[in-house]
This record gives sequence, C-alpha cells and structure tokens, in this order.
Amino acid sequence: MSLVWTMVAKRLGLGLLTLVIISLIIFSATEMLPGDLAKAILGQSATEETVAAFRRELGLDLPAHTRYLNWLLGALQGDFGTSFASRRPISELIGMRLGNTLALALYAAAIAVPLSLALGILAALFRNTVFDRSTNAFALTSISFPEFFVAYILIFVLAQSGVFPSMARIDATTSFGDYLYRAFLPALTLTLVVTAHMMRMTRAAIINLLASPYIEMARLKGMKPMRVILIHALPNALAPIITVVALNLAYLITGVVLVEVVFVYPGLGQLMVDSVSKRDIPVVQAVSLIFATAYVLLNLLADVLSTLSNPRLIHRK
Amino acid sequence: MDDRMHAKPVLLTMRDIQIEGRSGETWSPIIRGVDLALNKGEVLGLIGESGAGKSTLGLAAMGFTRDGCRISGGAIDFDGIDLMTASEAEKRALRGRRIAYVAQSAAASFNPAHKLIDQYCEMPVQHGVMSRADAERDAIELYRRMRLPNPEEIGFRYPHQVSGGQLQRAMTAMAMSCRPDLIIFDEPTTALDVTTQIEVLAAIRDIVAQFDTAAIYITHDLAVVAQMADRIKVLLRGREVEEADTRVMLESPTEDYTKTLWAVRSYARPNRPPANAGAVPIVSIKDVTAGYGAVDVLKDISFDIHKRRTVAVVGESGSGKSTAARVITGLLPPRKGEVLFAGESLPPDYRRRSRDQLRQAQMIYQMADTALNPKLRLRELIGRPAQMYLGLKGRALTERTRDLLRLIELEPDEYIDRLPSELSGGQKQRVGIARALAAEPQFIICDEVTSALDQLVAEGILKLLDRLQGEFDLAYMFITHDLATVRAIADEVVVMQNGRVVEKGPKDEMFQPPHDPYTELLLSSVPEMDPDWLTRILNERAARAGR
Amino acid sequence: MNILIALLWIAVVAATAMGAGWLFRGLVVKVARGSAARVFRTAPLTAGFGMLVILVYVLVAVFAPVIAPFAEREVVGAQFLPWDSTHLLGTDNLGRDMFTRLVYGARNTVGIAFATTALAFTLGASLGLLAATVGGWLDQVLSRLVDILMAIPSLIFSLLLLTIFGTSVVTLVLVIATIDSTRVFRLARSVAQNIVVMDYIEAARLRGEGLWRLIAREILPNAMAPLVAEFGLRFCFVFLTISALSFLGVGIQPPTADWGSMVRENATLITFGDITPLLPAGAIALLTVAVNFVVDWMLYRASGLKE
Repeated sequence: MSLVWTMVAKRLGLGLLTLVIISLIIFSATEMLPGDLAKAILGQSATEETVAAFRRELGLDLPAHTRYLNWLLGALQGDFGTSFASRRPISELIGMRLGNTLALALYAAAIAVPLSLALGILAALFRNTVFDRSTNAFALTSISFPEFFVAYILIFVLAQSGVFPSMARIDATTSFGDYLYRAFLPALTLTLVVTAHMMRMTRAAIINLLASPYIEMARLKGMKPMRVILIHALPNALAPIITVVALNLAYLITGVVLVEVVFVYPGLGQLMVDSVSKRDIPVVQAVSLIFATAYVLLNLLADVLSTLSNPRLIHRK
Repeated sequence: MDDRMHAKPVLLTMRDIQIEGRSGETWSPIIRGVDLALNKGEVLGLIGESGAGKSTLGLAAMGFTRDGCRISGGAIDFDGIDLMTASEAEKRALRGRRIAYVAQSAAASFNPAHKLIDQYCEMPVQHGVMSRADAERDAIELYRRMRLPNPEEIGFRYPHQVSGGQLQRAMTAMAMSCRPDLIIFDEPTTALDVTTQIEVLAAIRDIVAQFDTAAIYITHDLAVVAQMADRIKVLLRGREVEEADTRVMLESPTEDYTKTLWAVRSYARPNRPPANAGAVPIVSIKDVTAGYGAVDVLKDISFDIHKRRTVAVVGESGSGKSTAARVITGLLPPRKGEVLFAGESLPPDYRRRSRDQLRQAQMIYQMADTALNPKLRLRELIGRPAQMYLGLKGRALTERTRDLLRLIELEPDEYIDRLPSELSGGQKQRVGIARALAAEPQFIICDEVTSALDQLVAEGILKLLDRLQGEFDLAYMFITHDLATVRAIADEVVVMQNGRVVEKGPKDEMFQPPHDPYTELLLSSVPEMDPDWLTRILNERAARAGR
Repeated sequence: MNILIALLWIAVVAATAMGAGWLFRGLVVKVARGSAARVFRTAPLTAGFGMLVILVYVLVAVFAPVIAPFAEREVVGAQFLPWDSTHLLGTDNLGRDMFTRLVYGARNTVGIAFATTALAFTLGASLGLLAATVGGWLDQVLSRLVDILMAIPSLIFSLLLLTIFGTSVVTLVLVIATIDSTRVFRLARSVAQNIVVMDYIEAARLRGEGLWRLIAREILPNAMAPLVAEFGLRFCFVFLTISALSFLGVGIQPPTADWGSMVRENATLITFGDITPLLPAGAIALLTVAVNFVVDWMLYRASGLKE
C-alpha cells in the first residue's frame, strides 16, 4: 500500500511545484511589459511626480522578488491587488463571478459526464453498427464546431422562439430553479462541445481493450456482451477514462470564457476578456492564476485517481 | 487402452471446415476443408507451424471466430448440437460450461483487475452450476490438484502477483471449474521456460485424466504433443497432412512433410577441431559484473570466444544471457571487469569505440521484424554498413549489395528494391545476416535468431550461418534457450543461471554427465519425442527426491 | 416544431454532403491511377467530402480577388443590408459586402492558421524527435519545461500573453505557435520514443550513425503517419483558437476580413432572426469538420495497416 501513497504524495508535491512555477510565470508577465508600467497606465501627459507617486502606490519601486512574494501571499489570502481600470480591489470584481463560473462548469459537467460515458460504452458495445457510425460522425462534427457557432445556433433555434433566454441574467437573488432555466443554453453549449470528445475517447479506450486476450477469454467463458464490457473491460479502462474526463473538465474551464461572452453570463471568463481588451494586467493575472490553479488541480486529481485505479500498483507482489 | 478409447461415444465432429480471414476488402482462406472427430475423454494433438491454422480450428470447435474471421463452410456437431446454426445465446451457454479454453499466455488472458478466484468462480456462478461458496471451495480443491503452492490462499491474489507457470496451472483449473466435456489447450506452455514447462505439462496431463475430459491440445512442439495426446493431427497451411495414433505417427509418419518435421530434430553440424591452446581469443569477457539500477544482472562472468568457433550461451529467461550481449556491444557498460577484443581492451561505452571497433562486432536480432527499419529498402538496409565502414559508393556499393544478397541466397534483381514488409520471416532474418556481414566483421552475436521461426526455416538459417562461418572465419556468440539449437550448432557451451555462469566447456562434454545440478535440471527438462518421456522423467525425479 | 425543422435540415445537409463526397471520390478514382486509385476507392464518403471541402477552400483562398465582387475593406452601401443580387449576402455593420469579406476571410483566417500550425509543428516536432533520440538531461529539461507550459490552459495563456505583447498578427502567430508547439512536442516525443526502442535503432546506433541521420533516415520516416495526422488535428485546433480569439476581439484585428471577428461584429443580427452572422462561423466549422473527417480516415488507415 505504501508505494501507492508515496506515488500520490510525489504527484501532489509535483503539482504544488507546478503551481508555484506557474504563478511565477504569470507574475513575470508584468516584468515583460515593454516600457514603464506606470507611464503606460497614466499616459504620456502624466508628470514625473505623479508617475513616481503611482509607482509607490503600486509598489513598483520594490525589487521584483519582494513584489512576487507579496503578490503570492496576497493571492493565497484572496487579495489580488487593485484593478488598473476601475481602481477597485480585484477580489471585489472576482467575488461572485468565480462562483458563477464554477456553477456553470458544474452544470455542464453534470450533464456531459454521465451522458458521454453512457454513449461511449454503448458505441463500444454496438461498434461498427449504424448507431456507432452515426454517433461517431455526429461527435466528429460537433468537436469541429467553434463554441460560438454552437452557441449561436442554439440561440437561433431555441431562443428565437422564446423557449429559453438568450441572455443569462444571473445575480445573487436568482433562485436555483431560475438559475437552471436561465443558464440552460450556456450549459447546453458547453455540454455539446465536451460530450463528443469524451464519448469518442471512452469508446476508443474500451475498444482498445476489447482486443486483449483477457477479453477474448471472458467471451470464451461464455459471458454476456454487457458483462464483458462492464466487468472485464471497464475496470481496466478506468485510468484512460478518468484522464479523458479530467481533460475535458479542464477544457470546460477555458470553454467557459467564450460561452460567457456569447450569453453575457456574469462569470470570470467575461471579466478576463474585458480586462484583456482594457489591458488591465492585475485582473488578467488574477483570473489567469485562478483558471490555471483549477486546471492543475483537476489534472492532479485525475492523476491520483488513475494511479489508485491500477490494481498492479495497489496490490503489489 | 486403445480399445477402450475407441469404444467411447463421439463428442465432437467437424466436417469440411472452411474458415476465412479478412485482409482489407477481400477474404482469404485460413482453414481449407479440415475434418476432425473426437471421442469423449480423448486427447487430440493438433500440430503445425505458425500460419497452419491450429488456433483458428481449435476456436472453431467452440463455434467461435476471432474478429475479422468467419466460418464459411462445413459442419460442427458438439454432442448433438449443431454449432453452425446455434444462436449466440446457445453457444454462450456451452462456452465455459461444456467447452473450455486455456490460452497461450495466462499472464495476458487473466483479467488484471480481478482476483484469480473471482475469475474462477465467474464461470460456475454465471452458468448456474454452483453457488459462489461452493465454487470457492471447489477452486481451492482444484488448485490443490494442480499442485499450486498455498492452494487456500493463492486464489486471493491478483494475476500479476503470481508467476507464469502458476498462472498457467490456475488457468487450467479455471477451465475445469464447470467440469467441461472438452477443453481446448492453445499452446499452454509455449511462453514458459523448460524447467517450468515440465511441471505444467504434468499437472495438465493428470487433471485431464482424472476427470476423463476430452481435449484438443494445440502446439508446434512435437515432443510436447507426444507426451499429451492419444492421437496427432498434422496441419499445413489450413489443410490436414495426416492423422494417426501418437505412437504410430512418431514411429512411421507417412507423409513427406511430417517426415521433414521429424528430421529437423536430428540436424547437427559436424564437430570442428578445437582452437589452439595458446591462441588469443577474438572476444574475451573478463570478470564482468553489470546491471541496471541497483540490481546486478550479471555477476562476475568470464568466457572466451575463438576464431571460427561458436559459443552457445544457454539459460532461461532472466539468466542474464542477453545482458551479456549488451555488455559486449557496449550498450551497457559493466560495473566491474572488461571486454577484450583480439587481446585489446574495448572502451565500455559503444559511443567511445572507434568505427573499426564497432565494425568488428556485429549483431543479429531475434525479431527480424523490429530489427529492420520498415521504411528502408534492402538496397539501403544492407548497403549502408558497406557504405559507412568500407567507403563504397555508386556502382561498387550496388555490386557489393548484390553480392551480399547472393550470399544469403536471395536473387538480387528481384529483392534489392523490396521493403522488409515484402519478405517472409525467414527472408527477413537472412537480410539481418547480410547486414551484419556487410560490415565484414570477425565476430557476430546471434541473439535467439531462430526462436521466432518455424523449424524448417530455422534449420535453413542455421545451415546458412554455419556455411558463412566456414567461408569468413567468423566467431559466433549464439544466445539461445533451446538446447536442440545448441546441439545443432555449438562448439562450446556456456550455461547461465541468475546472472552467473554455472558451467562452461566443449559441447560434447556438456551433454555428458556428470553435470552441475542446474545443467542437469535444464537438460532433463527438455521434452523428448518418446511418448513415455514425461512419465519416466517424473518417476526418476520422484525416486531421487525419495532417496 | 422548430426542432423538427432543424432535424430535417441536418438530414438534408448530411445527405447532400455525402452525395458530394461520393461524386468527388468517384472523380478522384477516375483521375488517379495505380495504388492511389485503390486507396481512394476504399475511402469513406466522409473523407471524400472532407477532401472536396478542403480543395474548395484552397481554391477560394488562392483566387479570392477574382471571386470577390468588391474590395476587401470597401464600404459599398448602408449597414446591414439584406441579401439581394448586388450584395449576395447583404452588408455588414459598416456597410461592407458580406460575400466579399467571407471570400477574403478564407485567405486571411485559413492562411494565418496554416502558417501558425506550420511554425508550431517545425518547432515542436524537431525538438520532440531530438529529445526522444538524445534522451538524458536534454530530454528531461525540455519535457519538464513543456509539462509546465502545458499546465496552463492554452486559451488563458494566450490571452495573458496577448495582453502583454499586444495584438498584432505577428505576435498572434508567435504566441499561438509557441503554446501549440508544446502539444506537438509531446506527441512527437512519444511517437519517437516508441520507435527509439526498436532493434533497428539500436543497430543504427551500434553502427555509429550520427544524430542527424538517425533522426532523418531511421526515425522520421517511421513517425510520418501519426505526425501528418497530428498536423491536421493541430491545424483544426489552431484555427479554432485563432477564430475564438478574433471573436473575443483580441485576435486578428479589423479592418482585416476574418471569420471570427465577422461573427462578433454582426452577432446582433441573430437576435432578429437573421442567419448571416452564422455564415462565417459555419465556414469555420465546415473546414474543421472536413479536416477532421480526412484525419479520421488517415488514422484509421494507419492503425489498420499496422496489423
């Protein structure tokens, strides 16, 4: 048993190290800005004194490593500094949006994961039939669609007639039922985008295994096809499937950005895009750090889970 | 005994079976009209070289074909049930319950995610033969009868926690779980070392006899089938060559093909005179210790290889024989000791060796498929060493390449622009030989060069190597696990076990007693054509243990 | 009711596409000879359709000035004119001809995506092959670096980098190519690692072959099939990323005609039930579908031939 846990501990350590390095990369983004940051923000007309005062205010006169440590320690406590554009604390801007984004990703995942696993398993079971070929063609097609295309088609088909709202107006007072209704189109868009990929990979992972001798053995033992898939193939396909699910959940995090913009959904993605066009660097950094952390943690979780699903590692000689 | 067997009722008949396999858009025949009949409690040996269709025919007896294959004609009757017209559900009810299967590699055929006993109990429980509790008790009983160590406990392990020989016995026990009428054994001992094989063979033979189960025993090894089968059927490219009772078949085969199969066993090269006592060996391994990570795979080994001599390095998997080759070629620098070439010390790492040092020692690999770059034509595969080492260009290079092709008995005009995929297995191995010769070396390492080939083809390769040795004064290091090959080609033998040299010396001495105990075990475990060999050797061992 | 109509549309579109694929495949089989004809005869209809679409896009991109009735950036009328005989697809939010911009978009969007993919590929594949062949610390350093870069979601990373370096076409190409080369590196390295363990590579090393020949003659020819397929997939990915960035307003900048920005500029029309803004989005989708169909077939062929 201990070997598995040392492996898990190693992965966790490595994940933490990755996070630190990523934070370093994101922080050094400001350092790479051509020219003086304060001048860039205040404009050419600003006097020397105001620029100097502004530099002090931002802490730009401190050495880089001190600023990095201050920034990181602040971020750990939820304090990301001040926005250039609105001069408000960034944590205030992020506040509710983080929750909204997570809720949307969760909403989409709750539909997409069970749906795509079921479709993937069915496609593997009925491989090379009409069902398999048409789901495959459908999946390939929807993988190829840009998110905004899917989103606008859904708006055109479902929101035109007023079945669902094309704008996701969400605030603190929205009830759970209302939320599910208003966020349905964004969630559906995300679902369509990730389901196809997850389904294809699940199918491939299982079919890959169906060629192995132990599956042939199970069939020669007279086991039913469903049992062969569920009892003999699935437990061995867990590691690749977990990886695929995590990969796609991670993809949801980025997919969220576009979908939020299309549906005017008040989430982090929209904040990020706004800040990019305003070149509001502290906000971009903060949001990047949050997205990257979520991404790393998801991959880490998948890594640990697939390690734990390997009987060769858990039950050692 | 024979009379009693023939009195038994017929269990399985297959008539004029035709099976096709798909390659791209077309179907090509694998089995072309084979008849087969099996009585209750009888063991039929099915032998043939790779591609003969043995496994395909064996699986067809269960009404099963692999993906991309189909039974296109014939009739299969199992105890009154027509398997050609039976529904999938009907066939499922038979499989495992009345006809069971034992696969070639138990390690790959046990599901890695489940315990052995769970996989054992699955069959009787799912087929409704017994309850889970009864099945577990039964499993332990059968594990005991298969002489597995710790029968009460071994079932609760996962496949990767159990050794290959034990897994193969556990798989036979699993096949027995529903007490089937028929078991198909598909090369069950091919993947095992000889010393392990003998135990598995004995266990299989006993349990089949105990339950009076009929069996089809598929193998390419004549000596093995002689121990196991009442009757033998010989297949060649999907057709039956002949069929007879085992003793009749061994003593007086009627067909030419069968006779050649028997004859290969007796091929042996004439002995060569030993090297002069004072001669400097071409290659000399001195006190080498080497390994990966913290593990020593080779422990203080030494042996010499002389000009025009073949040294066979023999051992089972894990004995370190291939690692020795990696030390000589410089892929694995040793921790201690050194390798001398013609009396001079070679740099331990191949990257530090001169081009001429690299040229002098060449290698021929076991799997010609992975040893030849599939995207290069023979012209470049064989020509490249001549171009690099001898500086040949243009017409001179082409001429040299053509000469080399002639040396390995391939017609240059026809073969020089082929890809490896356009060659047969034996031809690929010949190209490997030509590539080694192109460097004009003094020493060649042959790493299991015949073990992936059929017997007749392998014999051709051995004869070719022998001829070339005479022509070019080559020294060979011949790595093998097959003692028949050793007998055929070696001048001297080095026996290895667990990274040590346990015995070395001229071939004739090695095959004469007294032996080192491990050499003795190794030699006595090699199956012989005599159908009574297994019984005799087990009795001898039992007697010695009892003493 | 709407959904039924939509389903009907999907069926009609799918049938037409497959019909076009069938015709095109028949044509290619007629024109090609020998083994090429045999290969194409077994191609699925989806692949035939994909190849046809790619061909059409390439032709439109090359002959854009000939095909387009107006100049790329010319204002030719009022804003948001409906479809008529002069302005086949109406005009956009600034009164430029929609059809003209769609045609030029093939050149700009596809061209930039292709250049980016080519750059990402050259960088990623050569480093990946090198890392796998040389091994040791070089492999360790490059792989760890790539691991770190890949741990940042690519869209987020590109947004961050574009904020810093600004949004010109050159920075866009460089940023996306760098980020994407990490994915190519991973694939090329793992493909090459499977080849490097082969006996024929060992034989080549023991023969004393140099690094360049080892990669170019022994490894690369055997890695071609997966790498070509990966090129197709990478292209789709890059193409979608660039379109997404343009759609978000930080990619290809106006007044250059580009499909992503065109969707964004005219998105308001959708709420009025006008499908015009869906056309550039559909143009993006169609090309990625086409490339994916072809790649899918190639991958299937590569895996089938191995057996």
